[in-house]
Formats: sequence, structure tokens, C-alpha cells
Amino acid sequence: MSVPEQKIQTEFEPKIIAIVCNWCTYTGADLAGTARIQYPPNVRIIRVMCSGAVDPLYMIKPILDGGDAVLVGG
Amino acid sequence: MDASAAAANASNFLSAVRGSMSKIKEYPEERDISQEDPRVGVFVCNCGINIGSVVRVPEVAEYAKTIPGVVYTEEFLFSCSQDSIEKIKASINEHKLNRVVVASCTPRTHAPLFMSSLKEAGINQYLFEQANIREHSSWVHRDNPDAATEKAKDLVKMAVAKVKLLKPVYTSFMDINRQALVIGGGIAGMTNALNLAGQGFKVYLVERTGKLGGQALDVKYTMKGNNPSELVDKLIADVNSNPNIELYLESTIKDVAGYLGNYKTTLAVPSGDKKIEHGVVIVATGAEPAETKEFLYGRHGAVLTQRELEQKLAGPGVGNANNIVMIQCVGSRNEERPYCSRICCYNAVKNALKIKEQNPGANVFILYRDIRTYGFYETYYAEARKQGVVFVRYTLEDQPVVEAKGDKLKVTVKDPILNKTLELDTDLLVLSTGIIPAQGTDALSQTFKVSLNADGYFLEAHMKLRPVDFAADGLYLCGLAHSPKLIEESIAQANAAAVRAVTMLSKDKLESLGNVAW
Repeated sequence: MSVPEQKIQTEFEPKIIAIVCNWCTYTGADLAGTARIQYPPNVRIIRVMCSGAVDPLYMIKPILDGGDAVLVGG
Repeated sequence: MDASAAAANASNFLSAVRGSMSKIKEYPEERDISQEDPRVGVFVCNCGINIGSVVRVPEVAEYAKTIPGVVYTEEFLFSCSQDSIEKIKASINEHKLNRVVVASCTPRTHAPLFMSSLKEAGINQYLFEQANIREHSSWVHRDNPDAATEKAKDLVKMAVAKVKLLKPVYTSFMDINRQALVIGGGIAGMTNALNLAGQGFKVYLVERTGKLGGQALDVKYTMKGNNPSELVDKLIADVNSNPNIELYLESTIKDVAGYLGNYKTTLAVPSGDKKIEHGVVIVATGAEPAETKEFLYGRHGAVLTQRELEQKLAGPGVGNANNIVMIQCVGSRNEERPYCSRICCYNAVKNALKIKEQNPGANVFILYRDIRTYGFYETYYAEARKQGVVFVRYTLEDQPVVEAKGDKLKVTVKDPILNKTLELDTDLLVLSTGIIPAQGTDALSQTFKVSLNADGYFLEAHMKLRPVDFAADGLYLCGLAHSPKLIEESIAQANAAAVRAVTMLSKDKLESLGNVAW
């Protein structure tokens, strides 16, 4: 049984999940807003109190659930 | 900073009646929601046009209704306005909400406001989540309303998912030790200690040397003609006679333990170690005059610093020195020491005027790169020019050259206005060498884990918003330890730091943050 080849969509837009620290990266994302810096809308931000508290499982779960990339900022 | 200083003095007058007319805000008893299923209210904000002009807010609000667990949604023009807050509170009661999501701006600024509306409506304030659809959507995806709206929907969905899992959080309270540690017994430290003591707080004042007064002991007169030593003497007398101030001379900070509100510090005092407990720390450790080896300083008797000149002018005078040349920015505003010491232009003009006062026939030349007798002192600069003080500009690349000529000197400098090289026969050469951070500043910054700026001075939390606070709560700074400044500025800053410390010392209790990991 052969696995059918999957074509990557020509206009591939990744879904990125960002897990970010409240005290630095989240503030940076706020600053990007205040400064009206324009960036692609592909990212969904999850705010945590410390990036050191992010269990590696939480980085894998978004991928298993259909996300394309995970960014941890802290 | 000046406003805080004014508040400090007003607070000093009012300290006896502090809190006597304030009302304690009462909150309704907290509803027990432990047996309830999540009932989420979602409030979506337009923020005027900040969100609504990009994100289609009605569509987001409509979408929120379809998320499981959401029982109520509403759209606001400004969620943070008083009437919106009242509506949130009313909705909590009317629809028996036990979780709230506000989709608006960043929680870093507005979460406390929305959380207090939960508290006022009788549910635990931590049953709240904010979706940041302004900083993280409308403002950063301005040209893509469709994607911004979809992102806003996702952010709301994520916030709802999270808020449904939240449980009430209860914060803890700690007592505050209402005593202050002031480090440094110069004008800033003494002014600060006296203000705190005047407001009824016990102060431990620690001075490294055997004498109070700091750098001001060497300032003999000010531009306006005041005598700083009178001020210093008065401060010293007030400090010595104030029962709220415990003074430790020849003492330093050996070790610090504890945290905001409850510090335990070990002082190294002449008789050994002394342990003290206090709630706040004010750093007023001052600065030092910079030294130089340039322009024959230390190798020729006719070369002085500006400060040494001042001692002479206040005492025996400069004898028959008739041609006096001052060089500004010596060792300053170059690669090694890029900052301006702020007071040198002031001092040069001050001393030039004093020379002219004592000997109107004297020729005074001030060789400068930029003159800034800032604020109202510009009038004294104008006065100096009027009296015939000659200002000659030089550049960092093309510095004056000083040569010994017996017990006199020859100073050569290019005058850019005449486009000629001047040779000045000089009886006395005076160098403005500027200010450097006090010895031990680095070690003290590590003891208290506070930051220094690139120039080595203590760094405030925010130049405009928190000018006398350190980034960590309960630690404050004032005087030359922060940056070079005039006495009057040190006094204002010392008072400002005092009233900032009082905002902490006058609290009943300290509340812990309710942040939890997830």
C-alpha cells in the first residue's frame, strides 16, 4: 500500500503558536503593537508567567493538534 | 520629580492626620462558585476606533456567543470607561456569570481595573482573562481586517477556554516594617532622612565617612550667593537632634537579606556588626570629583581644578594672578567618559564671576566645547559675558595645548570665530574635571541587586514615570548617586524619594501577587 503523496499548498500559511513570558516577550509583543509594527497574522500568543514553566509536552501538543510551529519566548 | 517633592513637603505637614479622612472600600462577600458550571461573560471592546476600525467587533461578539460556556456577550465603545465597568458588574449579577473575558487591550495595563469589577460584583477577581485584540491584532494587522478579525476570534476562543479552567486565587498579606534605611549622609541622604523622620518614620542613616555633609562640604558658595555650608550645618543639627533618626557614622552595608517590607541588613559599624530591620531602602551614596593628569595637572603649580579654585576664592583669593584660563570638559564627553557632568559650566561661570568680583581687571578665558548653564542660570552666563569673560570654543579633535613657562603657562587654542590661533599667557589654569560615580557604587548595586546605567550611576525605573524608584519595589534613589546634578536638584529628588518611600511605609499590609503558573 503506497502512501499518497501530499502536495504542499502553493500558498502555504503556517499556524504558529507562541508561548511567551509575561515579563519580556509578551511586553515586546505589546510594544510592537504600540509602535504599530505590522507583521503576518499567523501567530497565536499564549501568555505564561515564566517560559521556564513551559513543559516540553506543551510544545508538542500544538503540533499534534494541527499547528505548524511553536515559538517559546522568554 | 518636582511634583513628588512638593507632595513630600505637603505630606510632612499632614502626617499627623494621615488616613483619618480616608474611607475603606468595602467589597461584597465572595460568591461560592465551586459547585457551578462555568458561565462565561465575554465583553468585546472597540477602544474607540483603535480596535473597531480594523477588527469587525460585532462579528467577534456574535462569534463569542457560539463558544460553549459563554452565556452572555456585550460590545463596548470603551470597556475601561466607568459606565462599561458598571455594566460588567451588573451583567455578572444579572446573568449569574462566574467567569469574565474582556477582549480589548493588553492585560499588563488594564487587567487590574477589570479584575476589580469582578471583586466589586462579588466573585473572585482571578476568574478573569483578557484577550489582547488591540496590541496583538488591530494595531499590528492594520491592512488585513479579515485576518485580524479571525485572529481576534481565536484569541477570544483561547481566553474562554482558559477562563473556564480557572479557580479562585486567594492572596496572602504580610506586615510591613515601618522603618527606613538611608545610605549616604550628604545633602540628599540627610534631606531624605529628615523628611521621613518628620513624617513619623524611624530612619537608620548610614554614612561611610566620619562626617555628615558629603560633597557639599567643599562647595563654598552658589551662583545665587547662598552659602551651602549654612544649609549643611542646619541639616546636620536637625539630623543630630531628631529622635526618629539613628545615625551610624564610619559605617557601611555588610549584608542584606529579606525583601520589600521586611529587610534584614547587617551594618559594619566601628564597634563590629549591627543588625537592623527595615521596610525600605533609599540609596543616596553620592559621587566623587573626577581626577585628571591632563594639561600638566599635578606637575605644575599653576594648574588647579575648578574645585581647588573655589577653595582659594572663598579663602585667600588668587593673589596677583591676572590672566586666568579655564578648560571645560576635561576628561569628559569623550570615548572613555561620554556623559556631561552637568555642573561644570555652572561652576566655571560661578567662579569666573567671583574672580571678576574680587579683581575686576582680571582677564578670564573659558575654553569650552558647549556651554550649558541650564535653566535660569543662563542669565549668569550672559552676565559673565557682559563683565568681559571671554568664551572660546574648541573641539574634541583640536584641544588646547598647555606648555610650562617658568611658574606660568602658555595656552594655545584655535579660535573658530577669528579663525586664528590664540596664545594666552596664563597665570592660573583651571580644569573642569567633572564627576564620577562614588567608589563602591558597583558593589552596592550588587548587594541590593539594582541596576547601574552605562555611565556607572544608579539607574531609575523610568526616567519620566518613576524617576526616584528602582525597578524593584521598596528601593529608591536620590542625589549624585543617580547622576551629576546641582544641590537644589538633589534636595528636590531627596524629598521626592522620601514621599515615594512613604507610599510604601504607610500601607497597612503588603498584598502578595495572585499570579499562578497556569
